Amino acid sequence: MDNHQDILLDVENLHTGYRLQGKFYDAVDGVDFTLKRNEVLAIVGESGCGKSTIASSIVGLYDRKNTRVTGDIKYKNLNLVSLTDGLFDQIRGNDIGMIFQDPMSSLNPLMKVGDQVAESLLYHTKMNKGQRRARVIELFKEVGMPKPETMYDMYPHELSGGLRQRVVIAMAVACKPEIIIADEPTTALDVTIQAQILDLLKEIQKESESGIILITHDLGVVAETADEVAVMYAGQIVEKADVKTLFSHPLHPYTRSLLNSMPQSDADDEDLHVIQGTVPSLKNMPREGDRFAARIPWIPASEHEKVPVMHEVEPNHFVRCTCWKNFHFQND
Amino acid sequence: MWKTILKRVLIMIPQLILLSMIVFILAKMMPGDPFTGLINPNSSQATINHLKHVYGLDDPVPVQYLRWVKNLLHGDFGQSYIQHVSVSSLIADRAQNTFWLSLLSTLLLYGIAIPMGIAAGKHEGEWQDRAISIFNYVTYAIPGFVFYLLGLWLFGFTLGWFPISGTVSANASGFWGVFWSRLDHMILPAILYAIIATTGTVQYLRTGIIDNKVEDYVKTARSKGVPEKVVFNKHILRNSFLPIAAFLGNTITGLLGGSMIIETVFSFPGMGKLFLDSIAQRDYTTLTALIMIYGTLTLLGNLLSDIIMSLVDPRIRVK
Repeated sequence: MDNHQDILLDVENLHTGYRLQGKFYDAVDGVDFTLKRNEVLAIVGESGCGKSTIASSIVGLYDRKNTRVTGDIKYKNLNLVSLTDGLFDQIRGNDIGMIFQDPMSSLNPLMKVGDQVAESLLYHTKMNKGQRRARVIELFKEVGMPKPETMYDMYPHELSGGLRQRVVIAMAVACKPEIIIADEPTTALDVTIQAQILDLLKEIQKESESGIILITHDLGVVAETADEVAVMYAGQIVEKADVKTLFSHPLHPYTRSLLNSMPQSDADDEDLHVIQGTVPSLKNMPREGDRFAARIPWIPASEHEKVPVMHEVEPNHFVRCTCWKNFHFQND
Repeated sequence: MWKTILKRVLIMIPQLILLSMIVFILAKMMPGDPFTGLINPNSSQATINHLKHVYGLDDPVPVQYLRWVKNLLHGDFGQSYIQHVSVSSLIADRAQNTFWLSLLSTLLLYGIAIPMGIAAGKHEGEWQDRAISIFNYVTYAIPGFVFYLLGLWLFGFTLGWFPISGTVSANASGFWGVFWSRLDHMILPAILYAIIATTGTVQYLRTGIIDNKVEDYVKTARSKGVPEKVVFNKHILRNSFLPIAAFLGNTITGLLGGSMIIETVFSFPGMGKLFLDSIAQRDYTTLTALIMIYGTLTLLGNLLSDIIMSLVDPRIRVK
């Protein structure tokens, strides 16, 4: 399964910086990962950790003037980091589909939802108008929308949040892309709808043999959907493993804290764990040493590496820094 | 939709009745009557009473009001006491002049303001945007009459490029002769108006573009691989025109209302000037007729704006 041809996307040493008052600050600071065919890779982290920045860097949806992207994002024989807008237009929607967080705002309020999905076909296929309409109705059926013919002519405000997200998914998969990037696809939805949408995503992934990058802050979503997980903190990946390993024996203090701060059904009278402090802002991000050190101040500095790097502690289980070895929670 | 439009028109009836009462009472409350200053000061009280009786001015006010309304409904606005012609024909002439001037002004306004708004929104913060902002501040700060007088003095008197008053030259003949002469008389006021009135349209469009270009659905469109040019024209621009469309109905009915300032500065015989003149001359019949017309135009304009909005924005339905 691990053979080279199955790698869809190979990200190496990705740095994405935003310009703030004339200076660039890296929101993504040296990220490496690969996405394989038939795989759901989850990127997890708090708001501001850089996970959405990774998504916009891959598809080139960033402000060219105020963003600096370096490193390599290899897709087929292309490096997406240095791609021109014209080439990006050919790849976006066709090879890489995107699903965004808020289905309330990610559809154009003045256009029929069917036409919005058909727009993707217009630029990537040679279908005529009638064929596009037929294909969209077919897609609506695939994503489980009732009365797809009627739905075609509806406007976004006439649909519920769950239906709108199905439209967005239909849009993302319209041209059968090899890669689907889902940026918090269920965050804005009701819990009951969340499960349906996640099931749908998995189903689509299996059928189309694509690879999905799932960006989320919700560990529940990760456990349910992902195959591989990368945990991000302050612009860097701190731990990477397959989903079973990560949940059964997490190593990095941040991963352990995150899992500890999740409500457990068997321990209902215990207080939830709280991670001290907050994620540093982009401008105040520490650029040297372990970025998570400030939030576990009881761990002596000698436990941290001077320049924390990723270590493969067991096959396919990577952890940044060495501080995990003697890590304990404060009140243990 | 037709049902709701009919309903809205029916609702206008009580509104107009209320307006007519207020207008009539205010006109009655104004000091003097149409005969003050017009008849021989030596006329006997008997003559005056006789005249009042002939014109029905000694009837009780409600009777006078009902007679006035009845005539209004028959399209009869009464006689202008000053100009000694029927108010209807007076207004009909002026409305035509005003309509053509307003139409030209509005077309020029959109012709100038829309490209400016698009340029400012597209190049937010760049030199184009800053130059347009300065232009907006200046034109917004200059009072209309100062600007019109300066324009009139420079292009009319000093350079002599355009006629300085009226609607048509006395010696113009033939259809095209009259047409060009009329156009010639309208160009200067229309251009001056269009230049100074751009602020609102430019700002609405600029803000609309700036707000819409960071909307999620624009990112969605890009993520589908829609070329940037199409993203701008089809997604960003269409949504940015909504606030302008919201005023379109009033702009259209406003074509008949005219501008008091510009018509006065250019001695252009239109509705605005007629309104000011009838106030100055206490021409009550004309004045009340004009106020009724303005009121009706405003109500119709609001209705038209709502209908236009419901046509361009599927989220809005006329209710």
